[in-house]
This record gives sequence, structure tokens and C-alpha cells, in this order.
Amino acid sequence: MTADQSQSRALEPIKRLFVKVGVLPFFLLGALIVFTLLSPKFLTGQNLVNVARQSVYLVLVSLGQMLVLISGGFDLSVGTAIALTSVVSALSMVWLSGVFPDAIWLAIALGAFIGFGAALIVGLINGIGVAYFEVSPFIMTLGVSSVGAGLALFLTGGVPVSGIPFAFADTFGFGRVWGIPVPVVIAALCIVVMWVFMSRTRLGTQIYAVGGNIKAAHLSAINTKRTLMLTYAICALIASLTGLLLTARVESGEANLGGTIALESIAACVIAGVSLRGGIGRVENVVLGGFFIVLVQNGMNLAQVSSYMQMVLLGVLLILAVIFDQMRYRMMMGGR
Amino acid sequence: MDDTPLIKTAALTKSYPGVLALDHVDFDLKAGEVHVLFGENGAGKSTLISMLAGANRPTGGQILLNGQEVHLANVADAQRRGIYTVFQEFSLIPTLTVAENIFLGWEPMIGPFVNHAAMRKRAAEMFAELDFPIDPNAITANLSRAQKQMVEITKAFHGDLSVLILDEPTASLTDREVDHLFGFIETLKARGVGIIYISHRMQEFARIADRVTVLRDGGKIGTVAMADTDQDALVEMMTGRAITEIYPTIERRTGETLLRAENVSAPGVYGANLEIKAGEVLGIAGLVGCGKSRLARALMGLGAKTSGRVTLKEQDITRTSTQSIIRSGMYYLSPDRKAEGLDLAKTADDNLAVNLVMGGGTTTGAGFVDWGKVRRRTAEIANHVELHDGYRRKLVSQLSGGNQQKVLFGRCFGQEADIIILDEPTVGVDMGTRAALYLLIKELAEAGKAVVVISSDLPEVLHLSHRMIVLAHGHITAELEGDDLTEEQTLKYFFEENTGATA
Repeated sequence: MTADQSQSRALEPIKRLFVKVGVLPFFLLGALIVFTLLSPKFLTGQNLVNVARQSVYLVLVSLGQMLVLISGGFDLSVGTAIALTSVVSALSMVWLSGVFPDAIWLAIALGAFIGFGAALIVGLINGIGVAYFEVSPFIMTLGVSSVGAGLALFLTGGVPVSGIPFAFADTFGFGRVWGIPVPVVIAALCIVVMWVFMSRTRLGTQIYAVGGNIKAAHLSAINTKRTLMLTYAICALIASLTGLLLTARVESGEANLGGTIALESIAACVIAGVSLRGGIGRVENVVLGGFFIVLVQNGMNLAQVSSYMQMVLLGVLLILAVIFDQMRYRMMMGGR
Repeated sequence: MDDTPLIKTAALTKSYPGVLALDHVDFDLKAGEVHVLFGENGAGKSTLISMLAGANRPTGGQILLNGQEVHLANVADAQRRGIYTVFQEFSLIPTLTVAENIFLGWEPMIGPFVNHAAMRKRAAEMFAELDFPIDPNAITANLSRAQKQMVEITKAFHGDLSVLILDEPTASLTDREVDHLFGFIETLKARGVGIIYISHRMQEFARIADRVTVLRDGGKIGTVAMADTDQDALVEMMTGRAITEIYPTIERRTGETLLRAENVSAPGVYGANLEIKAGEVLGIAGLVGCGKSRLARALMGLGAKTSGRVTLKEQDITRTSTQSIIRSGMYYLSPDRKAEGLDLAKTADDNLAVNLVMGGGTTTGAGFVDWGKVRRRTAEIANHVELHDGYRRKLVSQLSGGNQQKVLFGRCFGQEADIIILDEPTVGVDMGTRAALYLLIKELAEAGKAVVVISSDLPEVLHLSHRMIVLAHGHITAELEGDDLTEEQTLKYFFEENTGATA
């Protein structure tokens, strides 16, 4: 009995940390140890900077995904928003740069704008379906993701759209500001905006309230339908931004961009302690969650794990994270 | 029957980090007796029964079943040993039929297949035996709360039942249903079943209780035979204050008419006419299911109105959305704090903050939420509703029912409102908390707000109201005032049909 008790006392701080921030610190520590042992190149400054740069895209999408998860839903169509943005903006930029050969930045801006517009439509359809027609988010976003992916392939015939303005790829794919890659700068800005949005604005509070108890939110004069719709719209816009950055990176408009990102972003959020029941989640943790997933992928690459096995491991990781989320929720609600 | 108690606890203790929920409680239950557990919320009643039910494990002390020490591993284990608990939250699957629910887990089989015919037949027999008018083929979701309770009790009748624990069984029952339940308890007593009964309704104790154990702050104050005590003595044991202090006198300062409902019909409400006036408490009384709540929800725009007109301060709000109605100064406190009142996974402070953020006045010039200001206001509100300091940063799910209700009350101070509709404001709340909540109602009304109290607890509405509407079967059957506000007068109108109103 006494050995048992002293053991449980030793576990107490760990338990408290787990309840407070979730499973992420433990996963992160585990991953660092395992991959450092597997590959000497893993824990080097160069590699970690590399991971940070690669994780930009997932971190951004995860921020959007987080919004939707906090509101009590989820968005399986983020990949489609990315693909559609990529294809639509690339096609527009190619066409517009033909129309305005002397105003290449105008063509880029308009093209990007049209890309955002396409994603916004995706987000609004999701939002209207979920909020106003009360379709389950799973079916709604799954259906929309099929529609969007089909459209993106239809528009391109499955062939990547080439010939986008050089300046676009040069700036947003490979450019640097004060030595920092542009995508990192954009992501950092987004993180700050998102943090302010969730913790300092009324809409942020409303999203937490809607996800926590939608009926109570309704009785607190919150327009729950509008709030839900906006979360899907914002999520799609952030995915769209990611789509533009990826398009610049690959220098073409591709309908197969973002194929696995829905699963990865949900995994990143859940590992970072965003509750699948809604109402709970923090921006800073989600950033770390996105970073963690890319870190694991990077570690597995260095350890020469095949990409097929990587898919297996990612799925396992997601399921584990959800199991731990359940445990955590029970501990929280039970007050232990 | 021998004298060994059916169940006995010795120095039973449960501690959570920082909280002693139950402190060395000795309790015993004899065969064929009804033993009432009485105490304020948070006194330890729920903790005690959760351990007897097997849902929770003690950190100290013993549980003796027929003189033998037992360690109940879980609820199923307790049920195998003949201890069955009907919790306030039902364990029924809403989508299954009544018969399926009763036989869940011990379905009669033919080989590998469930014998549905036998199941329905047995269920019908059980209902006939208990005299419960329920169709075994009904889908559980369509039953009334009282009927669900009856199904839940019927479920206890498999295996050999020796201890039945009832947690607030009458909280949502009508008087007739309560009579029925009590008759049934008598039958069980005669069979030698021991019953642990938790309730806040003291008027019931004299009818069924053999002994009463009073708990306060996790400790046992005493066990008394019901024959040797009375209500006043019990209240004093529980709270240390007399019963006359519970209902305050609210001064009536009737002002202008704020809300006027003309001929409002909604599903379950037929042609209701009423006025809500500033500075007075309007009571809405009636049996469970008479349409009290539906009427209020229709006014709030929470349910569809089929006809009629509602005006708030001369503005037509018949078709206005709920959030606009709230913004124009009407607040509705839900009767179901768990389902639609509170966000259980957040702290009490965060729950209060939602209304403050939505209510306005807490944003900085740049349009950002001023959390410093919000926190100051939540602290003020928490002080106001007497929510203990230590509970404010705790998750609401971990608070007792009474404290949850205080948080819910606090929410209506977060938004400016002229009309405050309190739907079953003290359901499942102990006397001490009730007294505190009644003082808040008094304060609101005397500050010139219009307060509407909807309650199935007749003494409560009678004592608080200046003016009272009685509903029966969705019709307003009476509007009483002054000397007519008596129990006899009111009860007359409880069962009347189609009086006054045109259907």
C-alpha cells in the first residue's frame, strides 16, 4: 500500500502536467530521444531549422483545423481547399500575366485573390451545411472534399499548371526577409494574429463557447450558426494561404497538393491537446503539435523508415493521441 | 429478519486532493426500512451513495454487506450483490425500446438470438406487477421524465434486489406520480428491501422515512428516527438556521408592463395571454409537462410560435431571433444546467466570462476583449452569488449541483437584462443554496427588474410570487394575486382543462 502511494505521489506532477497540456510534451520527449539515438544527424541545429521551415505548412493548416475542432466539428476538406487554391490561382496567374504582361505583381495579387475566393467558397459551403442545415461535419467536409478535389482535377485535366510568374515562386517559395524564409515570416504573423484572435476577441471567445456547449452559447446571445460558419470559412482561408505558399514552393499549380494534410492537421491538433469534443485548445500548443508531426516525419526519413511505414506510424500516433485525449478528459471532468 | 444491517459503513472516508468529501461516516441500513440521507449539496450524500453503488471507491473505512466487508469494484459488481442505484442521471439508451432497456445486458435468449417476444412479455408483466402504465414497446426517448424514472426503477428488479438507492427520485415527478412511487416503496419495504432515499423535499420524509441521517460538510451530524423529529429540527441540523429564514419577503414595486404576450400558441401551449411587469415577481406554476417551460421558451424565440403576438417594450418580437431578444434585455435561465446552461469542461470563471464578453462593455477601444476587466467583473459576480473562492477556478463539472446553480445564476448578471426568466431555478438544490438564490431574486425584483419564476415546486412559486399564472395542459387556467395565492386555490387550477382559454 505504502509503496503504491509513494509511487502515485511521484506520478502526481506528471499527471498534472498531462491534464494541463496533454500528451504533447511526452510525445515530443519520446521522439527526441528515439530519433537522436537512431540518427546522429537528427539533433543538429541545421536539421532543426530545416524542420521548422518544413513545418510551416502543417502549422498553418493546423491553426485553421484547430478553430473548427474547438467549435466542435472538424474539417476533412482542408487538403481540397489547398489543391483548389493552387490550381485556381495558378491558372488565373498564368492567364492574367498574359493579359497584363507589364504588371506582373498585379497578376500575382489578383491570382492569389481568386485562389482565396475559391477556398472561401469551399469554407462557406462547409459552414452553411454544418451550421444551417445541421449536416454532421464529418459528412459535410468529406463530401465537399470530394467535390473540390474533383473540380481541381477537372480544371487541370490532372496535369500540373506550369508557367506561373517567376516572381511569385521566387518571393513566396524561396524568398527571404532579413535572412528568414518568407513562408516562416508569414506563418509567424499568422500565429500571432491567431493567438490574438482566440484570446482577445469576442469571436474567439464565442468559438470556445459554442464548442463547449452550443445550447448554453445560444442562451448567452451568441449567434451560434454564424460563429460556426465563420470557423469553417476562416479555416478554409488559412488552408488557402498554405496552398499559395505551397504553389510557390513547387512552382506550379497542382491538384494533388495537400493530399494527407487533413489527417496530419487533425493529428497535430489532437496531440497538442485540442479536444475532439470541442471547447478546448490553445494556439501555442497547436503550433508545437504541427512542429512535432513534421519532426517525427523528418526523424523517420533520417532513420530511413519507408514512406509507407510512415503512413502507418502517423495513423497509430493519431489514434494514440485520441486515446490519451479521452483519458485526459475523464481526469479533467473527474477532478482527479 | 435478523438484526444485522443490510449495509453498514464504518468510518467511511473519501478524500480528493485538498478536499475531504466524506469524513469517517458511520451509516447503516436495515432490511425493510427507508433511510433518508439529508444534507445540503456538497454535504457528502452523493459521495456516500456513489461508493455504496460501486461507482467510486473509498479512501478509508469499510463497507459491510450483511456483516461481511466488501470491496465493490464497480456498479455491475454492486448490482450482482443486490445493491441497485437509480441515479439522477438515467442510464437508459434513448433510441432503444423500453423493454430492450430493461433487459439490457441480460436479454432472454433462444440459442444465440435475443428472444424479443419473451422480453416484451416479461417487461409487460413487470410493469403490471409494479402498476406502471408504460408500453414496453415505446421508444425510451418519447417517455416523460417520470416514466423514464419508472423504467429505471423497473430495471432494478432483476437478480435479487436487497438495497435500492434512490437519488432525488421525485425531483421531476408530479404529485400523482410521487404517490405512485411511494406506494411502490411501501411494497418494497414489505418485501424486506432496504431503501436509501436522497431528497431535499422534506414534506416527503414524514410519509415514507423510517430514519434520517443528516450530513453536513462531509461529516455525519446525526441519525434520528423520523417519528422523533420534525422538519424544523432537520433543517436546523442541516444548516443551523430555521426554516422561516428561507423565503424572503420581496417588496412589490410594480412598474410598467415590459412584455405583453397576446394569444400566443406554440406546440403544447394554447392561446396564452400574459404580461410581465417591472418590479414584480411573476410566478408560473403547474404540473410537470403542463407547458410552463414551453411557454417561456416560445417567448424567448427558442421554440416556434404557431400564432399570437409578443411585444417587448412596445417592439414586436414575435419573430425575432433569440440572440436579439436577449440583447434587447430578456434573459432566460435554463432549467437544465448540464445540457444547456453551462460549459462543464470550463472553469466557473470562464463560464461567467462568456456572458460578460457577449454583454459588451468589456472591450477595449481597439475592439479587443479586456480580460482584466472581465476578470474583475467575474470576481464581483462570483462574490455576489456567494460562490466560494476555491471553486471559481475549478471546472464546473467538479462542482456540486448547488454551486453549479450559483454559477448559472451568475450568468444572468453578466448581461444587462430587464426581464429575467428563471426556469426551475432551484431544481436539485439544497436549502442553504436556495435561501441564497431567493435573496438574489429579491434583490433583482426590488431593483426594478421583472422576474419570472417558473417552478414545479409549489411552495417556492407561492412564496416568491406577487402574481402567479397557473397552467394546465398548455392552457393558462388562472392568474392569482394577493390573498388568492394559496396552495388550495392554486391546486384547483392544476388539473382544470380548457378553462378561460380558447383552444
